[in-house]
Amino acid sequence: MALAKVYVNYKKSILNPEAEAVHKALKRLGYDNVEDVKLGKYFELTVADGKSKDELDKEINEICDKLLANYNMENYHYEIEETEAAQ
Amino acid sequence: MKFAVLAFPGSNCEMDLYNAIKDIIKEDVELVSYKKNTLEGFDAVLIPGGFSYGDYLRSGAIARFSPIIPDLQEFAKSGKPVLGICNGFQILTEAGLLPGSLQKNVSAKFICKTEPLVVNNNHSMFSSEYQEGQMINLPIAHGDGNYYCDQDTLRELIANDQIVFKYDSNPNGSIDNIAGIINKQGNVLGMMPHPERAVEAVLGSDDGKGVFQSIVNHIKSRGVIYE
Repeated sequence: MALAKVYVNYKKSILNPEAEAVHKALKRLGYDNVEDVKLGKYFELTVADGKSKDELDKEINEICDKLLANYNMENYHYEIEETEAAQ
Repeated sequence: MKFAVLAFPGSNCEMDLYNAIKDIIKEDVELVSYKKNTLEGFDAVLIPGGFSYGDYLRSGAIARFSPIIPDLQEFAKSGKPVLGICNGFQILTEAGLLPGSLQKNVSAKFICKTEPLVVNNNHSMFSSEYQEGQMINLPIAHGDGNYYCDQDTLRELIANDQIVFKYDSNPNGSIDNIAGIINKQGNVLGMMPHPERAVEAVLGSDDGKGVFQSIVNHIKSRGVIYE
């Protein structure tokens, strides 16, 4: 089995009012050294065996483009980890 | 002529649309489930507001892969009118039928109130009942209504006269005050305000009637009436 960890976040040009609210709350708590907050999405996809590394890479890329991220306002990156087969 | 009103899990404006067409515009209308895969026999398709799939992932992102969507794309390609309101607009951008996308309101708040709009283009099949520059009042009710596109797309929208409705005083941060746009072909309109909630005086305004009446006039003038 493999585990794909997908990180989706807003592009720089996109306003992120939720992250701004979190940033303001941190300031109120006294964490003045926090200069910026990003708030995005994180997915873990557990994938069955049967595809080569390249095929899996292609598939995860396709999944991100099609559904997990909106290229108009979001960027993504991912890591694929080999995990032990389920017993 | 016959309207289809699509209904997805989590849609909540489909009956408002249905009643607006049936009782006020007095044309045939039918609710069509997201599970169906044909739009045969319909002259226009309306996509209602609401929170399809709970707005999970992104507004409209999951509804966009419903069984009805390939047929909707074909329907749009054929040049017949498609109108998406609120969540319907979000579904149309996710489905690639309209450019850009709808982000969170700048205030990070859900906004529910009547907004003054300016009719920016009155020669579309959705706005011919209005005067250019006319001010109309329509309700808005959204958390993700802040229209965004890149500068190249915006230039194209302006050059092709695709911006149909603009906010008079921008409530949500939309680029260029955009409240509603059409595709290049001119037969797909997405708008955040709710014309179906403003079709008779008792609702506070009947300024929304013109959108539906424009569609009817367009279809009847083309003589594409299916009995």
